[in-house]
Amino acid sequence: MKYESVIGIETHVELATDSKMFCGCPVRFGADPNTNVCPVCLGLPGALPVTNEKAIEWIVAIGLALECDIAHRSQFHRKNYFYADQPKNYQISQYDVPVCSGGALEIETGGRPTRVRINRVHMEEDTGKMIHVGGGGRIKDADHSLVDFNRAGVPLVEIVTEPDLSTPQQARAFAQELHSIVLTLGVSDAKLEEGSMRFDANVSLRPSGSEDLGTKVEVKNMNSFRSLERALTYEIERQTAVLAAGDRIIQETRHWDEGAGVTEGMRSKEESSDYRYFPEPDLVPVEVDETWREDIRRRIPELPAARRVRYAAQGLDPDSIAVLSGGGSALTGLFEDAVAAGADPKVIANWLLGEVTAYLRRETVDLSETALTGEHLRDLERLYAAGDLSSTAAKQVLAGVLAGEGNPGEVAEARDLIQISDAGALSAQIDQVLADHPEEYQRLRDGDAKVIGYLVGQVMRITGGKADPKVVSGLLQEKAEA
Amino acid sequence: MSSPVDLTLAGAAAALRDGQLSARELLEATLDRAVLTEAELHAYLTIDHQGARAAAAAADEAIARGDHTGPLHGIPVAVKDNMVTAGLETTAGSQILAGYVPPYDATAVAALRSAGAVIVGKSNLDEFAMGSSTENSGYGPSANPWDTGRVPGGSSGGSAAAVAAGSAQVALGSDTGGSIRQPASLCGLVGMKPTYGLVSRYGLIAFASSLDQIGPIARTVEDAVTTLEVIAGHDPLDATSYRGAYPDYRSSLGRGVDGVRIGVVSELAGEGIHPDVLSAFRSAVDALADTGAIISEVSLPSMEYALSAYYLIAPAECSANLARFDGVRYGLRVDGATVEEMTARTRAEGFGPEVARRVLLGTYALSAGYYEAFYGQAQKVRTLVIQDFTRAYAHVDVLVSPTSPMTAFEFGSRTADPLSMYLVDVCTIPSNLAGGPGISVPIDLDTSNLPIGFQVMAPPLGEETLFRVAAEVERVTAWNDRRPPLVEARS
Ligand SMILES: [Zn+2]
Repeated sequence: MKYESVIGIETHVELATDSKMFCGCPVRFGADPNTNVCPVCLGLPGALPVTNEKAIEWIVAIGLALECDIAHRSQFHRKNYFYADQPKNYQISQYDVPVCSGGALEIETGGRPTRVRINRVHMEEDTGKMIHVGGGGRIKDADHSLVDFNRAGVPLVEIVTEPDLSTPQQARAFAQELHSIVLTLGVSDAKLEEGSMRFDANVSLRPSGSEDLGTKVEVKNMNSFRSLERALTYEIERQTAVLAAGDRIIQETRHWDEGAGVTEGMRSKEESSDYRYFPEPDLVPVEVDETWREDIRRRIPELPAARRVRYAAQGLDPDSIAVLSGGGSALTGLFEDAVAAGADPKVIANWLLGEVTAYLRRETVDLSETALTGEHLRDLERLYAAGDLSSTAAKQVLAGVLAGEGNPGEVAEARDLIQISDAGALSAQIDQVLADHPEEYQRLRDGDAKVIGYLVGQVMRITGGKADPKVVSGLLQEKAEA
Repeated sequence: MSSPVDLTLAGAAAALRDGQLSARELLEATLDRAVLTEAELHAYLTIDHQGARAAAAAADEAIARGDHTGPLHGIPVAVKDNMVTAGLETTAGSQILAGYVPPYDATAVAALRSAGAVIVGKSNLDEFAMGSSTENSGYGPSANPWDTGRVPGGSSGGSAAAVAAGSAQVALGSDTGGSIRQPASLCGLVGMKPTYGLVSRYGLIAFASSLDQIGPIARTVEDAVTTLEVIAGHDPLDATSYRGAYPDYRSSLGRGVDGVRIGVVSELAGEGIHPDVLSAFRSAVDALADTGAIISEVSLPSMEYALSAYYLIAPAECSANLARFDGVRYGLRVDGATVEEMTARTRAEGFGPEVARRVLLGTYALSAGYYEAFYGQAQKVRTLVIQDFTRAYAHVDVLVSPTSPMTAFEFGSRTADPLSMYLVDVCTIPSNLAGGPGISVPIDLDTSNLPIGFQVMAPPLGEETLFRVAAEVERVTAWNDRRPPLVEARS
C-alpha cells in the first residue's frame, strides 16, 4: 500500500519583551543562573501574576500577520502538571479561548503554493531550565539536578497549525516563512539554536487518497530548519517501515537525535495528559478592543510575502530577494532607506549583498558598527550613475565609507577616484596619445577597430585610471572619422 | 481600665496622638498580656519582640517629630500567618513551610507598616486557612478567650483570639468562606470581609484565589473601618485589585438606619441555626426595625447549593495553588530517589489531613471526565448565587443573617466529621461566592456566656451601607463593653 504523510507544526516563540510575562524581571539570555528572578517567577508563596501588555500587543501582531481572528476577550487557564523546572507546578497558558484563532499562512515549495491553516495562536509562560549533573547530563542517571529560573515566566507564544502539510520540505518552508514573519515583526530573537524559536511536528501516515488521519507521533528537539526536515524525513520512513511490517504506530512523543540522525521514543510513564485546565483566577480576561487591534495592525511592517513581490517588481535577483525579505538581515533597513531616498534598487541590492556583506565578513563587524547610511548609498549610486565613478571606484568608495572615512563625495575626493568624463578635459590627453602613437593613429583612421582598445588603455594610463573609458572610446571614434 | 491594651483602637490612637500613651508602653502592655494569655490561647505562631519593639520605638520617634501618620500609628496589630512578612517566619499554619522566611511583605502588611502600625507577630490559623476552628493548624490549635475549652473559630482563629484577649489591638485575617467573620463571631468581635478586590491579595498565601480576601478583625465597627481604610486600595501587583475610587467609609458611621431596607435571608435564619443564636438575631433585627429600618424576609433559593459549590470551587483552586509546595525551592524537603519521589514525600509529610483531603478533592473535581459534573456545575451554582443576590439587592440595601449557626464549640467536637465542620460556614460562604462584603458584629451572649454574631451583607462595593448598618447593630445592642472572662481574670 502507498502512504502519504500528514504533518502539523507546533511552534513556540519566546518574545523578546523587556520584562517577563507576569512580572517585572528582565528577559535576558545568558545571565548568571537565577539572577533574573523575583517572588512571582520563582512561585514564592503569596506572589501573583500581572499580565504584560506588550506581550499581548505582540501576540496580536503575530495573529494579525497570520490572518487570525483576534478574540475581544480571551482567558488564561492553569495547566497543571508537576515538574521541577516549573515554579508553580502549573503553567499559565490558554485553553478554550486563545488570543488568536483561525488564520492561515501561504508557503511555496517547488513553485507550488500551499495554504497552511493556523488553528490557534496562544499566550503562555516559559519554564525554567534543568541542568542534570552526572550521568551524562540525563535526568535518569543524574547524580543531582540544578534549576535555573531565569527563563521561567518568559512570554511564550504557541502557534498551532492544522495538519495541512504533507512533506518535510513543506514543513521546512513553513517554518522558515514563520521565522521570517517573526523576525520582520521584531517580536523575538527567534534563534533556533538557543531555543527562542522551537518547532515540534506531529506526523502521521495514511493510505494515499484517504481522508482519515492515522495515529500521530509528536517529534521534538529539532534545532534548525535542516534538522526539522531531516527528522520528518526519518520519521516518515520509520512509520512507513512499521506499517509495511504490519505493525501499528504507537501514539507517542519522540526526540530527534541530531548526531545519530534518528528519532527516539521517550519513556511514556512521565506523561499523564490530564492537565486539569481551569480558568486562572488570579488574572482578569485579556481584552483587545477594536481600537487597540487596529492600532496594532497599522504598525505591522510589510510582511515577507509582500516584500518578495515588491522586490521582484523592482528587478532584484532571487538571492537578494531571499536575503532582504527574510526579516533577519540588517541590510533590509539600509536597502529600504536608500531606495526611499531615490537610489536604484538593483544597484543597491548588489552592493549590499556583494561589497557590504564581504566587508562585514572580512572585518568581522556588525553593520550597526559602521557609519553607512541609506543616504550614503543613494549619493554613491548617483556618482556612479552620473559617470563620476567607475564601477571599481564606486566599490572602493563604499569600502571607505564603511571604514568611516567620510561620505561618498569626501571619500572619492580623498582617494582621488572621480572619473574624468568631460570631453573638453580629456581632449588634450587624447591628442597627446595620438601624437605619441602615430602608427596606431593611422590604423585607426584606416578603420582598424581593433586598435581602439590599445589607445583607450594609453589614455587611461596617462590619466592615472581616472578617465571614463566609454567617453575616451567615443572621442577616439570621432577623431578617426574627422 | 487596668491596661491600655483594653482600650479600643480609637481610644488608644487618641491617647497616642495626645501623648498620654507611648507606642512603647502600649506594645509592652500588649506583650505582657500575651505572656499572661498565650499559654492558654496560643493565638500567635510567632511573636516578633525585636521587630515590634523597633517599630514601636520608630513610631514614638515619629510622633516626637510631629510626624503622626494616622489612626494606626503605634497600634499593635496581629497579622494572620498566611500573609508574608519580609524577614519574619511565615508558615500559613503548615509544617510544609516550617522555618520559611519570606523576602517580601504582602501589600496589606506593607500598608500597615507605612501607616506606622506595630506588627506584634503572626497569628495562628487552620493550615492554609482551611478550617473553621484552628484545629487544623500544623502547630496546634488556638483557644477561645471566652472559654478556653472551646475553639476560637477559624481559620483566622489566632487573630480573633489575640484581639479578644488584648494581645493585639486589631488584627488582619483572611476570609475565603467565612474565616474572618466566623471567628469574630465566636470571639465577640467585629470581623469584616471586604468586597473581593478591595484589599490586595499580593502576599496572601493563596487558598482559593477567586474567594480569598483580607480584612480586619477589631473590637468595634469603627476600628474595623479604620483598619480597612489603611489596607484597602488599588495594587498594581494584583490583577484582580479594584481600580475605582475608594470612598470614605467613616462618614457612614452614626447615620442610623432610618429608611434603610434590610432583608432577612430566610434560608439562613431558620432551620439549622441554634435557638439561642436565632433569638438573639431576631431581637437585633427588631431593634433595627425600632430605629427606622424597613425589614423584609428575602428568599435566596440557591443558598441550599452554595455550600456544595464552595466545597468544589475552593478545593479545585487550592489543588493548583498548593502545587508549588514541592520541596524544590523552599520550605520542607523530604529527600527521595527521584524528583517525583521527593515531591510526593515532601507533600505527604508536610500537609495535614484536611489540606490533603481538599487537594485530593479539588484534583478530582478538575479531572478529565469529572470536570463538567463537578467544577463546571459548581461554577453554574456560583452564577446562580450571584443572580440570587442581585435580584435581592434590587429590593433591599443589605441582607442579614446570623454569622454562624452556633456559638463556640468544644475542641474535638467536630473534627471527626468534616461535613459537620463545613456546615459551620453555611451563612458566610455565599458572600464569598458572590464577591460582596460581609461583616459580623457581636450582639449578645448565649446561655453558656458565649458570643453571638450578627452578619450584614451588601452588594459588591456596598461597604458604606454595610458599615452604616453594622454600626447601628452595634449601637442598638450595646455590646461594646463586654470582655471575655479570660481577660477579666488575667488583667
Ligand atoms: Zn520575576
